[in-house]
Amino acid sequence: MIDGKRVLIILPAWMEAEGVAEVIKEVRATLPGADTVVVDDGSPDATSQVALGAGADVLRLPYNLGVGGAMRLGYRYAADNNYDVAIQVDADGQHDPRCVPQLLEKLEHADLVIGARFAGEGDYTVRGPRKWAMTVLATVLSRMARTKLTDVTSGFRACNRDLICQFARTYPMEYLGDTVESTVSAIRAGYSVRQVPVAMRERIAGTPSQSPLRAMMYLLRIGLILVVALGRKVDMQRPSVTTGR
Amino acid sequence: MKLWILTSLTGVVLVLIIAEMLRRRKLKEKYAALWMVTGLLIIPLGFFPRGLDSVAETVGVRSGVSFILFLSVVFLFMVCLQLSWEVGHLEEETRTLAEEIALIRGTSKQASSDPVPPVTAAAVASSAPNPSETGAAS
Repeated sequence: MIDGKRVLIILPAWMEAEGVAEVIKEVRATLPGADTVVVDDGSPDATSQVALGAGADVLRLPYNLGVGGAMRLGYRYAADNNYDVAIQVDADGQHDPRCVPQLLEKLEHADLVIGARFAGEGDYTVRGPRKWAMTVLATVLSRMARTKLTDVTSGFRACNRDLICQFARTYPMEYLGDTVESTVSAIRAGYSVRQVPVAMRERIAGTPSQSPLRAMMYLLRIGLILVVALGRKVDMQRPSVTTGR
Repeated sequence: MKLWILTSLTGVVLVLIIAEMLRRRKLKEKYAALWMVTGLLIIPLGFFPRGLDSVAETVGVRSGVSFILFLSVVFLFMVCLQLSWEVGHLEEETRTLAEEIALIRGTSKQASSDPVPPVTAAAVASSAPNPSETGAAS
């Protein structure tokens, strides 16, 4: 319990046996009131055993579904177990759990809060096509949400009970769909989305994937995902009851 | 002009394949109707490839044979599209099943509170009920 709310930290993990234990320990130490569930996305390594050993609950998918697939399972778990808030944190340690209280605070006035990496904090920078993609995304989504959203591809996000139930049903599975498309559908369904600046850290284990060709592919895929997400029929509906915000 | 020999033989072979697959229950009933109708259309067109000449003329296609070619491309495109849809649907179903499995496995793990190793074939075999025991019980 944090401020009378049941909070679940969802850690989608694939091949994170090296780093996951440290991340879990840190999360539990900084957020003793929250529960932690690791969604092992069909890792062939010992990710689930390590996570269990570190004291987290573990859901192990029988095969790899991608981050979106792992996250829908996480949200289903949160919905089934009546959590009020679900917070997605990467299992590679790049998200600082000490920023979670800021997300929670912002969630008082929003349905979805994104921990954004470029909003002043930390020294996370990108260049070239990857940066262009980020700029296009930021512009389009900020306009849609009528608020500043500079980093919708961030996997550090918190959402309330309403959205947990929606995401448990419809969280997109496609590559990048998990962050971009889920945010677009939430905005289009009438949910309020806000961001808070967070600092990013070096990954505890594993290497980030960056090469010019990949960055270019990334730009194209972002464009495609954005077009598809904007053109798709809205498959979630915000309940008409106003929650006083 | 030997075109009809080629087309009719192809038509007959295709219909025979469809009929045999249906008979052996290799095609689901929901597709059976589609393929039966396809077969029934293929046979007459195989024997009379120029039979659609007049129809082709009225829609602006000079020869009945090219008209059939056009129709078959449209038909194949639609079949492909339907199969893509079907695959997506199946993926969604297996995704849901995978989630259910993970949820069931997760809760049973918490109940025993011991880290359970991933299920292996040997573990499944050993946990299966012994046939002689069940026989004795009944």
